[in-house]
Amino acid sequence: MNKPIRTVAGFCLLLFVALLVNATYLQYWRAGELAEDPQNRRIVEAAFSRERGAILVGRQAVAESVPSDDKYEFQRVYPRPFQYAPITGAFTYFSQTGLERSQNEVLSGEDSRLFVTRLVDMLSNTEPQGGSVQVTINPAAQQAAFDGLSALPGDVEGSVVALEPSTGKILAMVSLPTYDPNRLASHRLGEVTAAQRELEDAPGQPLLNRATGTRLPPGSVFKLVTAAAAMEEAGYTASSRVPGGASFQLPLTSDESGLIDNEGRSCGGDRIPFTQAMANSCNTTFAKLAIEVGAEGMKEQADAFGFNEQYLDELRQASSVFPADLDEAQLGQTGIGQFEVAATPLQMAMVAAALGNDGSLMTPYLVDKVSSPSLQVLDQTEPRELRQAVSPATARDLTELLVATVDEGTASPAAIPGVPVAGKTGTAQSGLDDVPPYAWFVSYAPADDPQVAVAVMIQKADIPRGEIAGGRLGGPIAKAVMEAVITQ
Amino acid sequence: MSQTGALMGFVHRRRRGAELFLLVLALAVGIGAYAAVGLGVDGEVPVDIVGYGGWLAALVLVAHFTLRFAAPYADPVLLPVVAALNGLGLAVIHRLDLAKEAAGKPHDYAQQQLIWMTLGVALFVGTVALVRDHRVLQRFTYTSGLGAVVLLLLPLVPGLGYRNFGAQIWIRVGPFSFQPGELAKVLLVVAVAGYLVLHRDALALAGRRLLFLDLPRGRDLGPILMMWGLSLGILVFQRDLGSSLLFFGLFLVMLYVATERAGWPVVGLLLFSAGALAAYQLFGHVRNRVNIWLDPMAYIDQTPGSGQLVEGLFGMGWGGLIGRGFGEGRPDRIPVAESDFIIAAIGEELGLTGVMAVLLLYGLIVERALRTALICRDGFGKLVATGLAAVFALQVFVVVGGVTGLIPLTGLTTPFLSYGGSSLVANWVIIALVARISDQARRPPPDLSPEAAGTGDDDATQVVKLR
Repeated sequence: MNKPIRTVAGFCLLLFVALLVNATYLQYWRAGELAEDPQNRRIVEAAFSRERGAILVGRQAVAESVPSDDKYEFQRVYPRPFQYAPITGAFTYFSQTGLERSQNEVLSGEDSRLFVTRLVDMLSNTEPQGGSVQVTINPAAQQAAFDGLSALPGDVEGSVVALEPSTGKILAMVSLPTYDPNRLASHRLGEVTAAQRELEDAPGQPLLNRATGTRLPPGSVFKLVTAAAAMEEAGYTASSRVPGGASFQLPLTSDESGLIDNEGRSCGGDRIPFTQAMANSCNTTFAKLAIEVGAEGMKEQADAFGFNEQYLDELRQASSVFPADLDEAQLGQTGIGQFEVAATPLQMAMVAAALGNDGSLMTPYLVDKVSSPSLQVLDQTEPRELRQAVSPATARDLTELLVATVDEGTASPAAIPGVPVAGKTGTAQSGLDDVPPYAWFVSYAPADDPQVAVAVMIQKADIPRGEIAGGRLGGPIAKAVMEAVITQ
Repeated sequence: MSQTGALMGFVHRRRRGAELFLLVLALAVGIGAYAAVGLGVDGEVPVDIVGYGGWLAALVLVAHFTLRFAAPYADPVLLPVVAALNGLGLAVIHRLDLAKEAAGKPHDYAQQQLIWMTLGVALFVGTVALVRDHRVLQRFTYTSGLGAVVLLLLPLVPGLGYRNFGAQIWIRVGPFSFQPGELAKVLLVVAVAGYLVLHRDALALAGRRLLFLDLPRGRDLGPILMMWGLSLGILVFQRDLGSSLLFFGLFLVMLYVATERAGWPVVGLLLFSAGALAAYQLFGHVRNRVNIWLDPMAYIDQTPGSGQLVEGLFGMGWGGLIGRGFGEGRPDRIPVAESDFIIAAIGEELGLTGVMAVLLLYGLIVERALRTALICRDGFGKLVATGLAAVFALQVFVVVGGVTGLIPLTGLTTPFLSYGGSSLVANWVIIALVARISDQARRPPPDLSPEAAGTGDDDATQVVKLR
């Protein structure tokens, strides 16, 4: 009987080898896939009670984990919730948003750059700690932007974005209305669900980061793009004379909806100086310029500034839109930032920043440094050029026009004594009767060596319809943000 | 038997000292794990560590000294391996108790399991002390068979049996519940071994050759068909896939070893496949198990669904290579983890390392039992030892394979680890039987030199003491 017993022994060996191999497959190769399964509550709960790294602005944390004495060991707190909620997002039991989401691997300590730290934690049997994320936000600029926007009357809906033109660093990013992420990070999950539902249904969409998520017609601030296209494609310079006129009937149209005027601003006759056209925000001029450049040239220039493109890694963003295949009437509308052209505040800040950086458009970014729990810098973001949006000559000429616009034109509310400021206002028609126009303002300063480029967008505030104007509403906010950066 | 000639001149040593040393290591595993659970969960060594450790040590030492006096040549590896597994199982059950206590549902499964272990060791001692020679069991071939069938039928008796987790394999007497099937498998091994050792020649030699296989005669198919019917009956009436598979597999292995003919397993496998296919077509619960096995994630929220299996998989995945450590995992997320799914709890907190260690310990038990079968001098002993080894190997394969997703999940306990008295007690008896057979097998043959007996070392005249 020994021969079959040996066979049985071989068979049993086979069974055990199969078990060992399968266990190895399950616990080693398949472990990662299982850990990523959204139904795996173990991972969720462990992540929720872990000591996450902080999100730092300057030396101050805007999101940090503090010990908690309930079921979960750490509680996520946001010391300056309203100002920074659009950036940090919220770390909830159910999901994460904002930087809490995009930087989750670092904050939770799972990033490969934290491998050594994790190994040390494992060997010393201490709880793993997450790395911290230093953001590019300038706290003074953020404060100025938040205060300025909040000071507008009523339930404000709007956003301010400030960039450092030479690097693409996001210096300020404010969106109103905002919310308190502390409510969503609570350990009392029932209240979290209720708060989440309340915020989702709230008027004005407080969970939406308008800086990157809201696309609106940019109106006259889009004239920067039209002007750049005219200089790049049609050979205009700052000293050129451009088409003017009090009104302009768009080609292919005959009725009033195709008639463009200048709302009473002085735009002269047939030919006027470019300076005057920009300073007075002449609609007739820019509609004609857009048609002159052509649909293809306009789209090329808009795309060069980042329209129809995703460029921000750290937050969810909506791509700004410049439509293709326009006829001449639509093209004229587009030249003054109407029709289907739509931009996020971040996009308009990028246009300003590129002009302020000799035409070189830098990729915007929010995360400056990633540090280990022991505050050792693991990674520092290197500024990257997205592309050369316009030639340095065009950038210089446009800046000249925009400085004049602040000095003697519609953008004068942003003027800072002793500092040359380049700026442009915008008031865009919503296209809907019951929705008031949107006020825009973009600027950068000092014009000779810009340190900051700002875009202000006011979607809604408690202001009579007739008084809505980009310059009056947005100018002072932009000025405050620029001053906050420059005077440091 | 022929191999005794080859083994002439080699005399097994008793190795009881080695066993004692290994037992100290096994106790270190058991008591160390218990302390680690306390440290991991509560941050302190459990207050009852001395009493607990002392009791565990006392049980193990009693078993050791029983072997020392009643079966001095018994295999010295078996008892330490079993002690380590049982100790580890107790610690993990204690760990799960603490998790339930934290959730406000206190349990004292570990304490109950320790009581069952005490009973198990008592039965171990009783078996080793009373069965002085395993061959006496051959007399109880048909009694055992009848006993096994009766035990298997008990849960179907109205008022006595009850259904738990979908399977009707439990009986309840007063406050105690018991799975008679666990003891039935021991009796079944004895019955089948007794039957086969008598009829193996008929089964082995008669038959006709078809292609490459020697197929058995039709009339000899009786017992195999009976076992097939019994297995199917368990599957149909008790809805117990695991036991059904176990009994039939066990029978095939023993039949193959007894007859030395590969035709039997082939016929058996065909029968099994036919039965399995029919069961899949006919019974919703079988189909359900297979569907869950193919795609566990799709059935998480259903009833009966795969929630337990998937939680086990998540836990084992989370445990990774070295595990989270006692108190750092969430094995309590797995429903009734202390029973069939205890290997998943081990995988979560002790990692792949722990799972592999446990599997190797099981492998060691199977290896020792098969080695015993190889060196055993009588056919009955060989068959019993092989059968018990097969029970172990198949049971571990079915339950661990099911929990880790290798094969469809069928409910079976993990020997010596799972909470559950019937299983623990039955397994201690199995180890006692293997120890007894190995003692007989390793014992030096009686002095049959010509001067002593005058007829040479002929097996036929070997003195066999039956009482």
